[in-house]
Amino acid sequence: MKVFVSSDTASLALGSRRIAALLAEEASRRGLALDIVSTGSRGLFWLEPLVEVETGEGRVAYGPLEPDDVAGLFEAGFQEGKEHPLRLGQLEDQPYLARQTRRTFARCGIVDPLSLADYQAHGGYSGLERALLLEPLAIVDEVKLSGMRGRGGAGFPTGIKWNTVLHAEADQKYIVCNADEGDSGTFADRMLMEGDPFALIEGMTIAGLAVGATKGFIYIRSEYPHAYRTMTEAIRVATEAGCLGSSVLGSGRAFTLEARLGAGAYICGEETSLLESLEGKRGMVRAKPPLPAVHGLFGRPTVVNNVLSLATVPWILTHGGQAYADFGMGRSRGTLPVQLAGNVKRGGLIELAFGTTLREVIEDFGGGTATGRPIKAVQVGGPLGAYFPASMLDLPLDYEALAAEKGLLGHGGIVVFDDSVDLSRQARFAFEFCAAESCGKCTPCRVGAVRGVEVMDRIIAGIEPEKNFTVLEDLCTLMTDASLCAMGGLTPVPVMSALTHFPEDFDTVPRTPAAAE
Amino acid sequence: MPKPAQWDSTLASAIIAAHSSLDGAALPILHALQDEFGHIHEDAVPLVAQALNLSRAEVHGIVTFYHDFRRDPAGHHVLKLCRAEACQSMNGARIASDLLATLGISWGETTPDGHLTVEGVYCLGLCACAPSALFDGEPIGRISSETLADVVQQARAQ
Repeated sequence: MKVFVSSDTASLALGSRRIAALLAEEASRRGLALDIVSTGSRGLFWLEPLVEVETGEGRVAYGPLEPDDVAGLFEAGFQEGKEHPLRLGQLEDQPYLARQTRRTFARCGIVDPLSLADYQAHGGYSGLERALLLEPLAIVDEVKLSGMRGRGGAGFPTGIKWNTVLHAEADQKYIVCNADEGDSGTFADRMLMEGDPFALIEGMTIAGLAVGATKGFIYIRSEYPHAYRTMTEAIRVATEAGCLGSSVLGSGRAFTLEARLGAGAYICGEETSLLESLEGKRGMVRAKPPLPAVHGLFGRPTVVNNVLSLATVPWILTHGGQAYADFGMGRSRGTLPVQLAGNVKRGGLIELAFGTTLREVIEDFGGGTATGRPIKAVQVGGPLGAYFPASMLDLPLDYEALAAEKGLLGHGGIVVFDDSVDLSRQARFAFEFCAAESCGKCTPCRVGAVRGVEVMDRIIAGIEPEKNFTVLEDLCTLMTDASLCAMGGLTPVPVMSALTHFPEDFDTVPRTPAAAE
Repeated sequence: MPKPAQWDSTLASAIIAAHSSLDGAALPILHALQDEFGHIHEDAVPLVAQALNLSRAEVHGIVTFYHDFRRDPAGHHVLKLCRAEACQSMNGARIASDLLATLGISWGETTPDGHLTVEGVYCLGLCACAPSALFDGEPIGRISSETLADVVQQARAQ
């Protein structure tokens, strides 16, 4: 019998390794031959750890499992997919999954992440095969037609970036994958790298063919040790199989890849800081222009794209740019892997066409808060994103719609807070985080963040509130206008949204000063 | 967690040489040194500088820029607790401050018996099972004060 257990880091965090070990033990005790396939996660974390068993009617899932449940599964005959209180049926029939549009995450949680044969059996490498028949400009045009915008957060059209690199003259060009997914509330890059690493490798290879780059780097944050190991191993497997190397799939065209580990610096998710770090320097932000597309890694034209953007490219090449563009709303085309997290009953990975509202995601998919208390605030787009009140949940997930409300979509993370949250503390935290993670190159960010913490401490303590609100707003304007990059430039977003939407949390009654938590 | 090796400049030079031909070799070298010795020994700085044709000040600058690189050894075990928003929303800040108070240490410090170092980290990508932690590199989700008490006990036992 064949069973599937996820070894995604979040699944491991919930105990999947222990469940797999117990399944193996119990099977051997019963003299049953058990083949445990280690997969990525489907992203339905409230049902994990879970096991899926292969039956005549497809994969039948059981979960969430406690170690004590394992013997009972065998007793009940889960080998044949039989009834058990924890039997979930096929995961595809779970409304949470059935209502999604999985494109980027089509294979994640289904395939063995390190099996190239499995990847190919599920449509892998058909995008690259098509790309090998096209002229570079035609590949770029296909990506342009898809309307895909960079999934890292800035939302710049991927095809246009590629076009710039394609037309830049240089002896060497690079493809750099930004896998420094540092935003709280986001984990899609990690899941993709752990669950379907060949999709990223294929996407980067196609990018290389499109712009004329022969070398790529994947910069992975050190907080993701499992993703780094999976990615490194996948690169080795792909290289041995001839999918990477001096002649990609025997085409005579070269593309090689290296995975590199960050070292615990949020700012290295900013593309120019990331490039400095890859060059072996402090991760100090560069002034733009020149753009990395013209003057990037080691001064050469460089495509810097997020994991999800690159991993979606094979789908676009296989199915055509138009098929991708058919999803979405306005100028936000295709699908967005939403990451629902924090104080929510059913957190997980939800890939949807753009335009879905926050309410549908948080209430229909998420089922409300985990604590059962009312939702007070949701932060959309990571630590630099806005806090929205429960009354604004009808906002659609769309770059422009969120920007119009002085927020941002970022990398698609949504963090839910119940009514125990104090938004003045969250505003203080935004500055504290910026102070801890600023690269220090520009004064508005380096000094402004520290001043921001001080101002928030005075406001929280009720010291001269009116004067301090004026200083706070002035400081936010300065950081927005004068910071070198998005770190300092967007730190005011969570601060000002907290102040705008939750003024009651900034009342002028003296309270205990914030402890240096 | 395997015990880090004692500082040995010959071994360090060999590690540096094994990585110095990489493009932008500084981070891979520093990671490899820290993997071996548990921290970046101050005598490593001139060796790295020489291998990469950098000044010692430049290498010092790199080491001190990144939160990961330690200049002193950690405890026998390292617990990284997430301090970011998703974990805050699930009471992570309180759980963390209670633990630090129980241990009598601050962020980044090691218990006096040398068994456990507790570090703050901003996001482990385990936000759908918050609050979360990494104990000697292994992830733990939905942590509570009870889970952490077990972790401390494990750390002390070994």
